This record gives sequence, structure tokens and C-alpha cells, in this order.
Amino acid sequence: MSVDKATVARIARLARINVPEDRQEQLVGELNGILDWIAELDEVDTGAVEPLASVTGHGLPRRSDEVTDGNRVDEVLANVPETAGGFFVVPKVVE
Amino acid sequence: MADLLSLSAVEARAALDAGEVSAPELTGAYLAAIEETGALNNYVAVTADKAMEMAEASQARIKAGEAGLIEGIPVGVKDLFCTAGVASTACSKILEGFTPTYESTVTANLWREGGVMLGKINCDEFAMGSANETSAFGPAVNPWQAADGADLVPGGSSGGSASAVAARSALLATGTDTGGSIRQPAAFCGVVGMKPTYGRCSRWGIVAFASSLDQAGPFSRTVADNALMMQAMASHDLKDSTSADTPLPDLMAALDKGVKGMKIGVPSEYVMDGMDSEVVALWEKGQAWLRDAGAELVEISLPHTKYALPAYYIIAPAEASSNLARYDGVRYGLRVEADSLDDMYGETRAAGFGDEVQRRIMIGTYVLSAGYYDAYYLKAQKVRRLIKQDFDTAYETVDAILTPATPTAAFPVGRKVDDPVTNFLNDVFTVPANLAGLPGMAVPAGLNADGLPLGLQILGRPFDEATLYSIGRVIEDAAAFDAVPSRRAGGAS
Amino acid sequence: MSNLVEGRTGEWEVVIGLEVHAQVSTSAKLFSGAPTAFGADPNANVSLVDAAMPGMLPVINQECVRQAIRTGLGLNAEINLFSVFDRKNYFYADLPQGYQISQYKQPIVGEGTLRLDMPDGTTRDIGIERLHLEQDAGKSMHDQHPSKSYIDLNRTGVALMEIVSKPDMRSAAEAAAYVKKLRSILRYLGTCDGNMEEGSLRADVNVSVRRPGDEFGTRTETKNLNSMRFIQQAIDYEVARQIEIIEDGGEIDQETRLFDTGTGTTRAMRSKEDAHDYRYFPDPDLLPLVIDQSEVDELSAGLPELPDAIRDRLTSEYGLSAYDAAVITEERETAAFYEAASAGRDRKLVANWMTVELFGALNKSGESLGACKVSPEALGGLVGLIEDGTISGKIAKDVFADMFETGKDAATIVEEKGLKQVSDSGAIEAMIDEVIAANGDKVEEYRGGKDKLFGFFVGQVMKASKGQANPGMVNQLLRAKLDG
Repeated sequence: MSVDKATVARIARLARINVPEDRQEQLVGELNGILDWIAELDEVDTGAVEPLASVTGHGLPRRSDEVTDGNRVDEVLANVPETAGGFFVVPKVVE
Repeated sequence: MADLLSLSAVEARAALDAGEVSAPELTGAYLAAIEETGALNNYVAVTADKAMEMAEASQARIKAGEAGLIEGIPVGVKDLFCTAGVASTACSKILEGFTPTYESTVTANLWREGGVMLGKINCDEFAMGSANETSAFGPAVNPWQAADGADLVPGGSSGGSASAVAARSALLATGTDTGGSIRQPAAFCGVVGMKPTYGRCSRWGIVAFASSLDQAGPFSRTVADNALMMQAMASHDLKDSTSADTPLPDLMAALDKGVKGMKIGVPSEYVMDGMDSEVVALWEKGQAWLRDAGAELVEISLPHTKYALPAYYIIAPAEASSNLARYDGVRYGLRVEADSLDDMYGETRAAGFGDEVQRRIMIGTYVLSAGYYDAYYLKAQKVRRLIKQDFDTAYETVDAILTPATPTAAFPVGRKVDDPVTNFLNDVFTVPANLAGLPGMAVPAGLNADGLPLGLQILGRPFDEATLYSIGRVIEDAAAFDAVPSRRAGGAS
Repeated sequence: MSNLVEGRTGEWEVVIGLEVHAQVSTSAKLFSGAPTAFGADPNANVSLVDAAMPGMLPVINQECVRQAIRTGLGLNAEINLFSVFDRKNYFYADLPQGYQISQYKQPIVGEGTLRLDMPDGTTRDIGIERLHLEQDAGKSMHDQHPSKSYIDLNRTGVALMEIVSKPDMRSAAEAAAYVKKLRSILRYLGTCDGNMEEGSLRADVNVSVRRPGDEFGTRTETKNLNSMRFIQQAIDYEVARQIEIIEDGGEIDQETRLFDTGTGTTRAMRSKEDAHDYRYFPDPDLLPLVIDQSEVDELSAGLPELPDAIRDRLTSEYGLSAYDAAVITEERETAAFYEAASAGRDRKLVANWMTVELFGALNKSGESLGACKVSPEALGGLVGLIEDGTISGKIAKDVFADMFETGKDAATIVEEKGLKQVSDSGAIEAMIDEVIAANGDKVEEYRGGKDKLFGFFVGQVMKASKGQANPGMVNQLLRAKLDG
């Protein structure tokens, strides 16, 4: 499997990175280099193998249903690039 | 001054308790050392005032007989750790100016045990790199120099941490290790680096790279210092669902246990094409030292070793592509204004992420995308299980595994490689432990013909860091590694 | 009953499936300790985890898991003892992490069923496909500024149960009945407050049309409907729109649509779906959710009796009509009220008094049952007075009006106002004698064969008693005197 420029453009769009045209060209080569190398995995017979997502041996810890957080608007907005009236502000979104 | 810098953390603790030196004196010496070695670019921010305040407070606690485990010891913090009131950027432009209002669990543990924060340390951007060359702050440099005087990389991603500890501009330093980011730079800089078992150190408050692989750990100049710092930083943290509720054994007690009667595995698959012959020789020397100390060396097989690296370069970018989605210019960090929300995202992320990070986000996005998930991501997760099973099988017969830490010694800064894959190969010996969640330690064991440090890696069973410290101490004693880098603080160069 | 819709070119069958998002009733959010309360100041109910600050990690709220299990049990569904949280990756201003933590391939609850009570008294089973836990998103406000959107993350991370039906519904009315029943079950269970105005319960409706017997047609999904009326309007509009397109030779686009509450119409979302590729993968910050069967058993044992079971009991044991039983069991409070009011009384009579008088009065006053001054015991008491002949049904209506007004119990009102039914035969006979004496001509007519006049005499006697005479005794004594 390999990527072409259209695929690179589609991935860049999915990842919300505005990649300039010329850089897209370069990325085709770079990503294909990596993908070719990754293709080594095809040699491994994984037919009956269960995927391993986490090495952690314990179960999912649960916390009790208590309000222990919130009411820290100052901290939430401490690093915000743009804010108004306690809201985050972004360019207008059209649904 | 040079005297103070030559003390190990264990020695410094004794000197502090004995009143032979004060915490502010020790911290002052290190702040001066940071200045002296500034050309190494291993700090991205020095918090001198905060350091002196913390040192004064430490001194008071020492006087009051309330000293913590690392009371008064100056510590450098990889910029991946969020530190309250101190800019924390993961060495990325996209987190420019981000000042957390919170403290990571690991650093909070260190400060609770009396550590003194010197500043934030250079690393690869979002910990993605093996040479510390992807940092938005420019490369950190290895205090060891090439024979021709060229600057060498300190390794990465925790390159600044290894560099600072080796250069005596930090007595201890934190690192994180996703695919070798503690052990490889430790080996390149001739210091001790430990990646504990996944779940041993809380990930809360550490900028995430690949959540199922990331693990924080200590850098130090000696094995004993490393054990001391490990004890201070590890904890079971309810704020991290992957944090393990497994008590940490007394690591200081493990230091002098020796290796008599231990079975130590030597994996045949770790002999690789293009491997430095000196690395092979050192590995054999390491086996001899352990045999001499009473261990039984056993050849073992880890048949899927070769596939660890490609599997890693699917899993880590996949997780990263998702973990880094939050850097969108809305709530913190860099924002490039645009008329539409999507362009604001796209321009911000294009300007904020460097090439390597962008490349990994792209790969990660691709391997998770519709139609490719099974072929790449799921396949890699299956290979991951096989790799873990290799280790499970090995640990039925051996107590630990000895390997080289890296295939080569440190290479020059700015080395041009056409193919990103060449850089990935630095992690060939270290990545399997991340995929399997195992503890791994790099210990300096000798110099190559160019006078550059080489390290050995010890891998252990899950949560058996203690055995690694026992073995590490034996190697440290046998190697009697006392070489020092030329570009260290108080050095003569 | 046919649900087919007549088009220009023939009949169409409507196929509807619903995805209901129900906010889990808990104090804190799914993965953070911030509160779930409605109506806080902007970003006041936000933790650093919700705001996706660097290095923040999710830890699951135990009660969300238990509420999901309870709901699964209430829907007669399979509880999956092993389930997985995945990340659904997409960029949106009100999604700070850049992904929603949800459950994709392995949800906590599998297949179940929900029984619809049809208007004709029959029932119909609607399949439940699955239920999974996921994070709610924040709120974007687009009308505060000409070129900016404002973002409030208070809802971000609140636990939702997404309950997905099978495409088993065939009309807007069935879809509404499904949501109504689901809401009722959730409220019985206490796992969601069902408050649609506050957004605690929202539905996405999947609608398609086909010729009877054909394969499924292409469906559209209309998102975020927060009232029964909107659900029905959106479906009706989509059905008409789709039939018209197909009959005009067009094709339906599989797309996401938005509902305009002002016009009752739907329109395609302008932000394009084509770029969506959610890249689901297991959230590496979490571990698989493993549930012990003993926990399921414990939760099962603690479940309240649910509306279907109560309804069955009311019809089979108490002999109520299917209609009365359905009305009484719709809300847990109503059913509980009924049980308390009817204990030891004539069950059917109490049901009648509840559904006619009590609900009528509540409807008129706009009050809820919870705020009503008439306690279950008081209503039971009123029916008791009817049963033992203390007052007549007619008087009881007046008494009830007074009870509803003042909150006093029936016996007190009867006592205070002297409404007690007169069952003293001497007193009644005296009244009858008076009436007979005053109406000699009518007595003659009656005795001459004009039977219909009997009612006139009853009325006169009742009038003389101010309505308090025992009607049965009046009948009996009057007849004896007139005929005797």
C-alpha cells in the first residue's frame, strides 16, 4: 500500500494541518518510505492472535460519583488565545 | 564548586544531612553550572529564583529533621512535564507560552520528597525524535565531543536530560520513554537511565505522545542515585487509569543484592546487521562481568524482535495523531487567526508542529483511517501481543535480559539522512520493552575507540525494577566507568 | 391498522430507527469530577480534563457504569461483561480533546427489546440494537457575534447513553410512542431524568421509505430533536420529502440533516460529512471495562418494578382496562400514587377516580402530581366513603373539588359540610311523605300507569335531602310507598 498526493492531501485535511502543495509532494515520498518499511509486518502470521491494546494487567479503575472539580473558570481560561464573557471564542462555525 | 558537582545524589544527601553543605549552596553550584554549560542548550528555561526558594525550604526541612528522599537535590525537568506556573511546551511552538496551572504527579512527587527544580529541559518536540533535533528550541548537544571536536547529539527524545546530567548541570533529571527516549540518550551521554514498568509512574500532567507506551523515569550519574530518584517519583495515582497499584520494593536495598544465582538471558535476535563491532564486544564483556559475579547467562530467543520497530511506528503515531488533536488554537498555545474554524485549525497546526511531528501525525492518521485500520493498526496490535509473548516465555526461564542499549554511539548533530527510517533504527533495542510494558535500564559500560560512551540495557519482568538495580550495580562496579565528558561544568575543556 | 403512506404513484412504507441520547443521571461527569448540573455560568462546570489541558487523563465514574447496566436490564438487554472505550476522532469547536470517548465495536449493552403499548390496547416489540456510554460535547453559540462562535464546555464530558433502536418503527406516531416509553423506563429506573427541554433526552431519527416488501431505502439522519412534537414533525417532513423526490425520479442522499423548529422542516447540514473518517481506536488512556456478573445480579435485584410488569399486574390482578393501566403506569410517581391510593379499596374505582377526576383537575390547573394537594391516602379515603355509602358518587365529585382546592381529607370535608349521606329510613320516609303529600296529582298519574313519573319523585326527594339521601334507599322506600 502506498499513498499518492491526493491521499496525502486527504490525510492532511483529516489531521487539520494545512500542508502546502510542494510539501505534499515531499510527503508522498517520505510517507511511502515509512509505509514500505512497515510492510515488513506482513511477514508475521497473526491469524489467530488477539490484538493487544494495553499491557496493563489490572481492570479499569472506577471513581465514585462525587463532584470534586469544576468552578475554576480562571484556570480553564488562563491560557486562552481569545475569550469573551467566560466563553472560548473561535471563528464563526456554520453548521 | 567542582567538588560539589562531583557528588552523587546519595553523597550529596549525606553531606546535606551532615551539614557539610547547604541546599542553597548545592543549588547555587548547579545554577552556575547551567550557565557555564549554556552552549549545550540542554535547558529551555532556568527557574533560578524558584530553585533558590525551594532550596531554602529544603534547608529548613533538613534542619527540622524532616528531609524527604531527595531533599535539597537539584533536579532538571524534561519540558514534557507540566509544572505549575512555569511554561511547559513539550519543546513545540504550538504550546508557545503555555503555562499550566497544575503540576504533574511525577514532579509533584519529586518536590514532595524535597527535590529542587532547576528548570525545564530540552527534548524532541512532543518527545518525537531520537537525537533531540526536532525541538523548537534547537538541538541540545552532547557534552561528549567527537574526536574531531564536532558536536554530537545527546540522543532523544530526553536528550537534554541526559546531556544535563552528564554535563553536571543537573544532579538528577526526569525523562520520558515511549520507544527508548530515556535509555538511548542515557547510553549516548554515559549516564544511567531507567524506564520503569508501564504504570509505575503516573502519566498525569505529562504531555502525552503515545499513551499506551509513554512512561516517565529517572536520569542519574550512578545506579544508586537512579534508585533513589525512582523511589521518589513512582506512585499509584488514581488520576491515571493505567497507573498500577503495585507497591514499589525497596530499591536501595536491592542495590547490594548482587546477581549470584540469577539467570540472565541473552537474546540471539539482538545481533543485527550493521551493528557496531565495539557494541558487540561490550555486550560480551557485560555478559562476562555478570558471569563472574555469579549469574548464569542463558541464550534466549525473542523471535519477533525484528518486528517491534515497524509495529511501534504504527502504534505510536496512531496514538499521537489522536493525542495531539487537542492542540487546535482554541484553549491554549499558538493560534494562527483565519476566517473559518477549519482554517484556523489547519494554519495553527501547520505553523505550530514541526516536520517530524507533522509526519507522525500524518502516518498515524493514515493507519487509523477507514480501509487501513485492519491492515496497519490492528496488525501492529497483534504483533505487539507476539512481542509481549516472546518476553513472557523468556521470563519463564530467566530473571532478566541483557542487551546493548543502542546499535551505535552518539552521532554528529545535523547528520543528514535521506530516509526518516534510518533515524528510527536508533530505537531498535529499546522499543520492544515499551511494546511489552517492561522495565528497562541503560547503564554506561565503556567507551568506544573514539572515546564515546556506550551503554548496556537490562530488561526485567513487569514491576521487577529491583532486579534491574541489582544487575545495574554489578555492571557499574565491573565497568568502573569513570570517564567524564569534556564539556562538563567544572571541566577543563 | 395500516401505516402505509399514499403517494402519487402508490403506497409507501416508512422505516424509522432512533438513536436516543439520554443523559445519565449522576452528580459528576463520565470521566471528570466536574458537576453535571444544568444552567451554570459559562465554563463553570469544567475541569482541566474536560478542557483537554495537556497531560489530563480520564477516570471513569462508577455510577455511570451502573446506570448503564440498570438501563440495559430495564430494556431486557444483554449486558456485555467486557466492553471497550474507543476514541472517535474529529475536529469541532465544542470537542476540546479532538475526539469523543465512546464505545464503538464493544458496547456495554447489547440487544434488547422495548414494548410499545398501542392505542388499541395491543402491544408491539421494538428491537434495541445496543446501548453505549459516551461523552457529551460542549455547546457552540453562533448568534452572539457576527463573525465568531462562542464555546461553553459545561456539557463537555457529561455521560450520555446512546440507545440505538432497530429500524422497527413504521410511523411517526410509533416513533413518538417509542421515545415516550423509553423515557418512561429511564425515569422509572432513575437513570435519566428525561427532561427534553434541558436536553437530557435527544433523539436522532433515521428515516427511509420503500415500497411495501422492498429492501430498505436510503436513509437520512435528522439530528438532535428534543421534543416529541419535533420528532413527529421531522419524520412527517422527511417522509413527504423523500416520497416526493423518489416519485419525481430522484434519489435520496444518505446525509445528516438539521431540523428547523420554526418551520418544522429539515435541511442538509452545510458542513460536509464527506470528510468524516472517525478513525475509531481503543482509548489508550483507559482499559477495557470488565464487569462481574455478581455486580449485574446485584443491580438487577435492586431494580424497581417497571411499567410493563406493573401494567400487566394492573390488568390481570386488578382488572383495569388496558387504557387505564397504560395511563397509570406511564410515570413511576403515578403508578406509586395509584398503588398507595388503591390499597385496600376498589381498585377499579380508584383507577377511575384517578384517570378522570384527578388527572382532569391536574390538567386544568397545570399542576404536576407531585405538587398536588391530594395525597394518595386522601384519594383512597374519598373512594372509601363512596364504597361504604357515606356519600354518593355525585357528592363525592364536590368533595373532591374541595379536596383538590384545600388539601383537606374527604372525611373532614364531609363532616364540616354535613354532606354525609342520609341512610336513616325514618328520615327518608318522612321526606317521601312530604313529597307525596305535595304532589297528589302526580301520584294519581303515576298510579294510573305513568311509570315514567317515578324519576320525578326520586328527584324531588333527593332535592329535599339536598342530595344527601342514600339514592338506593330512596328508590326502594319510594317504590314501596307509591306502589303500596
